[in-house]
Parts: sequence; structure tokens; C-alpha cells
Amino acid sequence: MAFADPFDALFRFQRALDEQLDSDWLEDATSGIGAYPPINVFQQGSDFVAIIEMPGVSKDDLGLEVRGNTIRISGKKSADYGGKASMHRRERVAGRFDRTINLPVQLDPDRITADYRDGILALSLPRAESDTPKAIKIN
Amino acid sequence: MAPAQDLEVQPKRELEKKDESTIPARVFLPNTDIFETADALTVVMEMPGVNREHADVTVEDDVLSVAGRIDFSKYENLQPVYTEYNVGQYRRSFNLAPNSFDEHKISAEMKDGVLTLTLPKAERVKARRIPLK
Repeated sequence: MAFADPFDALFRFQRALDEQLDSDWLEDATSGIGAYPPINVFQQGSDFVAIIEMPGVSKDDLGLEVRGNTIRISGKKSADYGGKASMHRRERVAGRFDRTINLPVQLDPDRITADYRDGILALSLPRAESDTPKAIKIN
Repeated sequence: MAPAQDLEVQPKRELEKKDESTIPARVFLPNTDIFETADALTVVMEMPGVNREHADVTVEDDVLSVAGRIDFSKYENLQPVYTEYNVGQYRRSFNLAPNSFDEHKISAEMKDGVLTLTLPKAERVKARRIPLK
């Protein structure tokens, strides 16, 4: 798809994101609604990419585990400014998080890669060879 | 034992625009903490996905304005299948107390998608202890 300009492209992309808002594609194994951190999942060819926002979380405080098609993301986010400061505004939240999601596809755990940058965790989730759709030749 | 999860998602708030742009792309407000010490005002803003090259900070007529651009090209060829949040540019501004800060000494640091601005107070607005005779 080609777009006239990047702002138009951004608007269309925002709408595309809205259309899949809380779709039933992903199974959230964590109890409670509004589990942190928020996750977006994309399809890229036959593979998947998960993009997770967690601004202010240090890479050292982030844990990631994969088992089969289950991914667990845990860690802590802090926002401390020392006792001497007088707060004018307090909007950022801090605390611990532990979230487990189940993907409805089989993954290849050995090829999963994770990249954390600018408060965004990007998980590349290649589908297992056995789960990749194959075109069947029709005789 | 403390619950494993005590952090909840804050839904992103949208900027209420005074002027309408021709393309109705949404702009988000960074969650912001502001605190004051004896020497400075510190503004801490969450802008996930914005790196140091794509954050703009200006002070003009005692208004602090911050804009953050995300690199949207990373999303090319990705088809959303499940989403919980939206993405877009960030923008927010604050009115500062007039002539209270040394604009040329403002420092900015970006780490893990969090922008920290330190605005040193102008010498004349620092609280002074008056000696009693």
C-alpha cells in the first residue's frame, strides 16, 4: 500500500489499530483486566511481532520467559524522585508487573528474539515450521 | 506476599487540539510528573518509542512545549491482529511562572522512553533565608 504522505499513513494506521482493539485473537492468561504492560500483536508474513510499551522500565528490571506458545513478561517500574522534592504533578505510575499471554499459534522458541529500546519491547515471534501454512498443490 | 501484579495500564489520553489539522491523526499526551527542588523544576514525561533525536523541547513566552515523534516506518508491513493501545505523536505544553527559569540552562535527558527536563531556577527567584537580627 502506498500513501500520499506519512501523516495520512499514520491516521490510517491508527484506525487499523483501533479495528483490532481487544480482538479475541490473543488469550490473556493473566487475571484481571488492564494487565500491564499493554501489548499489540502484528502479523508479518507467516510470523508475528509483539510490541509492548513500558516507558521507564530499565532493561535490567525486565524478565522474559517463553514456553511453547506462552510468553511471560515480568518486572518492575519505578518513578522515585527522592524525598526532598515537592511534587507539582504526579501522573506516572510505578510498581511490579507480571503478565502471561498465550498465542494461538505454535512458535519456534529457539528463533524468538527480543529488542528493548526507548521504552518499547519488540518481540519477534517466528511461527514453528510445523505450524506454517503450506500451499497444497491441487492435481 | 505482595501481589505479583500491582501495576495497571493507564489508557493513553489524547491531546485536545485548539486548532484542527487537516488530517485527523490522533496526538497523545505524555504522562508527566513535575517536581520542584530548591534549585530547579524537573519535568518527567513518558514518550515510549521516541528517541533523543525525535524529541523537541522549546521554551517561548514562558511556555514549555514538548513534542515527540515516533518512527512510524517500523510498522510498515505489519498487520495488526490484536491491539491494546494506539500509537501516535506526543505533544504537551505547560505554562511556567514568568521569568522564573534560566532558559539557556535547561537540560534534557532521554532514557527508556522517558524524557527528563531540568529547568534551573533563575537566581532571583531562589528562596533566600533572611537572617534575623
